[in-house]
Amino acid sequence: MPVDYKSYIGKSGAPVTMHVERGKIREFAQAIKEDDPLYFDEEYARAEAGGIMPPVTFLQTIQHWDHDGSGRPHLPFDLKRVLHGEQEYEFLAPIHAGDVLTAVSRIVDVYDKPGKRGGSMTFAVAETEYRNQRGDLVARARHITIETGQVVKD
Amino acid sequence: MTRRYWEDVKEGQALPEVRVEKLTRTDFVKYAGASGDFNPIHHDQTFAEASGNPTVFAMGMLNASVLSRVVTGFAGRPNVRTYKVRFATRAWPGDDVICSGTVTRKFEQDGEKRVEGELRAVNQKGDTLITGSFVAALPSRG
Repeated sequence: MPVDYKSYIGKSGAPVTMHVERGKIREFAQAIKEDDPLYFDEEYARAEAGGIMPPVTFLQTIQHWDHDGSGRPHLPFDLKRVLHGEQEYEFLAPIHAGDVLTAVSRIVDVYDKPGKRGGSMTFAVAETEYRNQRGDLVARARHITIETGQVVKD
Repeated sequence: MTRRYWEDVKEGQALPEVRVEKLTRTDFVKYAGASGDFNPIHHDQTFAEASGNPTVFAMGMLNASVLSRVVTGFAGRPNVRTYKVRFATRAWPGDDVICSGTVTRKFEQDGEKRVEGELRAVNQKGDTLITGSFVAALPSRG
């Protein structure tokens, strides 16, 4: 990997403010072909879960709130050779429509591995902590991005 | 939302399957708009070809989102504690995403009755798209 890639370890992004919106939850649920009324029907959701909740992978929509990319520190990977390797979510407290989350992301590791199908690969591991408007830590996300040595072939 | 009690779940039990048939480019565009993932490799044919691909392909997170429905369908969204995926191969327009899971362990943690399980998404040829795991809390009969 280019020598300066390792220097990204420990870099934090600017805090990103993210409003958890009912319309965006509905759009996201439709995009993943989910018809559970928990995501659509306020009355049903209130009785079942204290309100409309976002789907498990909804925190990915932080991308809409980070207009200039400053909230998600990332390596200068070539988009043509980038793969999403792993994604992990840990939920520590409920998230509901109407919540306002503040997310802080940090690069926690960068390392190389020989690739089976694309030369040497560079792995970048980022972690994001999400706190709600009361300051409670509600979720953690862990994201591994891979830059392959050449264009990806299956 | 299904009400399922911890006592009624067995280790080794299969979770209800979730299946999306014949992914379309429109599915990718809808997910791009919903998620904010506008990497052109998922919607722009010209960019996809310049990157050495025959055409656009699904975002891994679209497939992972479909796979997460195995967990929420089984345990209910409020009960999901962790969800983890590893991406194996890509899904192309016309592919099916067939998602399954198994309960591997029942345990108690942080004052909750929990289950842990394995997840897998495959295409119509049986190639693995994603492997994953989850932890969910379940209500107890007490």
